[in-house]
Amino acid sequence: MAHFKKKQSGTSQEIPTTSMPDIIFILLIFFMVVTVLREVELLVRQDLTDAENIERIEEKRLVSYIYVGPQVVAPGVYGDTRVQVDDALVDPNDFRAIQNVMRQRRTDEPRLIVSLRVDYESEMGIVSDIKQELRLADALRINYSTRRAEGATEL
Amino acid sequence: MLKKKRPREGAEIPSSSLADIAFLLLVFFLVVTTIDVDTGIGLVLPPPPDPEQPPPEVRERNMLTILMNAQGAILINEERASVQDVQDRVFRHVTNNGENPNLSESPQQAVVSIKTDRQTEYERFVEMLDEVIGAYRSIWSTEARQLGYRDYLQYRTVEGEPNPIRRQFPMNISLAEPDPGS
Repeated sequence: MAHFKKKQSGTSQEIPTTSMPDIIFILLIFFMVVTVLREVELLVRQDLTDAENIERIEEKRLVSYIYVGPQVVAPGVYGDTRVQVDDALVDPNDFRAIQNVMRQRRTDEPRLIVSLRVDYESEMGIVSDIKQELRLADALRINYSTRRAEGATEL
Repeated sequence: MLKKKRPREGAEIPSSSLADIAFLLLVFFLVVTTIDVDTGIGLVLPPPPDPEQPPPEVRERNMLTILMNAQGAILINEERASVQDVQDRVFRHVTNNGENPNLSESPQQAVVSIKTDRQTEYERFVEMLDEVIGAYRSIWSTEARQLGYRDYLQYRTVEGEPNPIRRQFPMNISLAEPDPGS
């Protein structure tokens, strides 16, 4: 009669934990790289409208933002509509600064997308003026930044 | 008096807490990170006007003119309309294929022109632009369904972009410079 021997696995039952710090370090480095600690300090109100037929911009590093909205004078107190690029407000009588900045960025990154983050109460005149400057700067890909409306489909 | 040398203590840095330190840092970055993507309506502006080259002529029947004034009232081809009408009007204009003599000759030639006043609120404008783009998307989805897809979104994941539907129904939106208004 055949003799059966109970099979015994040679491996130990414990999960090896020696490589745990390495795994955690890799995760840590990933999050450190992904994190953007400082976004610009907003000097204008950003109450965006929502829209249904929107698309999302996956390549975040191609995007430059132009902020438009009433200037925040004090918390809850708003002044005239102003334009902000990076950390500074643009002189309302001279939008050529936008053109110069964006032309430089367009040279550095030809696939530049300019995202217009416009407060819902702003008027179309100021938006149009910015668009004219962008055309002259040859930064033609733009995005009207909106929030996602309920039931929206993203392409 | 000579002191007897003591045996040295271990010179290694204790590394048992390394994992904990890394964990703490990891948790910090996990909390701080916001992976948010920008959403919005993407368009491509026309290049700056060339004084030597006049803008391309568009026949009147191919142009669907949408005007919006500072109060948000809308005129489509000089008739009063509301925002809810926009999507249907654009749909019919683009998919006319020469049937109605007042609407476009073909989807490739159809142009939707949007013009506002300088005083028009941005919110109103985006609302309408949204409707126009919605019309194009429903055209694309109708086409995709005829090809046996669920909608345009599914078609696009298969065909990529640019694709035959986009070429057949190009989104020709012209944003005219706003009127100075009153």
